[in-house]
Amino acid sequence: MKGNILWQLAATFASISLVAVGGANAVVPEIHRQVVDLLGWMSDETFASLFAIAQTAPGPNVLVVSLIGWHMAGLAGLLVATLAMIVPACLLAFGAGRLLARLAGATWIAAVQSGLVPIAVGLILASGVVMGRAADRGWLAVAITGGAALFVYGSKRNPLWALAAGAVVSIVAARLGLAA
Amino acid sequence: MTETSGERIRAESSPAPRISRKALFLGFLKIGLLGFGGVASIARHVIVEDRAWLSERDYAAVLGVGQILPGANTVNAAVMIGDRFHGASGAAAAVLGLMAMPIVILIALAALYARFSALPDVRVAIAGTAAAAAGMVIGTALKMARRLKPTRIALLFGLLAFAACGLLQLSLVLVVIVLAPLSVAAAFLERRA
Repeated sequence: MKGNILWQLAATFASISLVAVGGANAVVPEIHRQVVDLLGWMSDETFASLFAIAQTAPGPNVLVVSLIGWHMAGLAGLLVATLAMIVPACLLAFGAGRLLARLAGATWIAAVQSGLVPIAVGLILASGVVMGRAADRGWLAVAITGGAALFVYGSKRNPLWALAAGAVVSIVAARLGLAA
Repeated sequence: MTETSGERIRAESSPAPRISRKALFLGFLKIGLLGFGGVASIARHVIVEDRAWLSERDYAAVLGVGQILPGANTVNAAVMIGDRFHGASGAAAAVLGLMAMPIVILIALAALYARFSALPDVRVAIAGTAAAAAGMVIGTALKMARRLKPTRIALLFGLLAFAACGLLQLSLVLVVIVLAPLSVAAAFLERRA
């Protein structure tokens, strides 16, 4: 059973890894679709919690995948999921990096970039909306999501402040009986 | 020919400093450790200013290539920078350095969560953090969109990608395979026009 889960983790994240244009944050809707909707591994709420924890740790955003692996199969799951998400993309970067390093600055690279970057941004925005829906537990959650979005959009301060504020505001609201 | 032009390109861009694998590992360890809320800005600081491994222009070129490849941009940059100084073993040292501390911290956080997630305050705090994390991602995307100053076509493809994955919840593989070539082709045509 556990071997089966590890294999599924590897297959799921390796395939996502190769289309993750824009990094892990761009593929959150896909991870959510597979892990919550198709495979039924966890609830919306658990998914949102894991994503939140991953965001509070430093480092690249691929960590949300590590945490899903950990949730499903402990340390082995964490390692398998992380490697599956990172290794294929790293091998591609290694090969393509050597090839493209000589061509950097070539006009076609700039064109490819200007074609891909808008898609990446659209996918990241989609991630935020899917995450917001997963985390939605009433008006307070929506307000926190909106407030955090405004803060990150308008301010150069470390986004971690928005996460901390979200935690504090919800505790205070719950203690005051304002929201569940 | 390739030899001399290679030498010349190298002389024009960053001089290739001698950087040990250990230095690569430690430099990326610092990036991973300090990269709260995303590693992009701290990565630039360490690579260009703090350690002076690459010139600003070279780093921008590495990031540009990293951006057109799948995967986390900083991880791709780590692979390419490690490779530049020490080949495959350098790439491995850089990626391991980048991932080591975040994973250790993540395991600690996950263990804490498993232990305390039954407490009402913790559950509420995590739910609030999750809502804020979603907002953080939305804000980041909007900020990127603002900086890009997209053309109408770029805006269209961005919105299509958003709608397909965010609203219709279509498969990402499908969306990228269909939209990416079209968007790149449109960008080509736009440049020629």
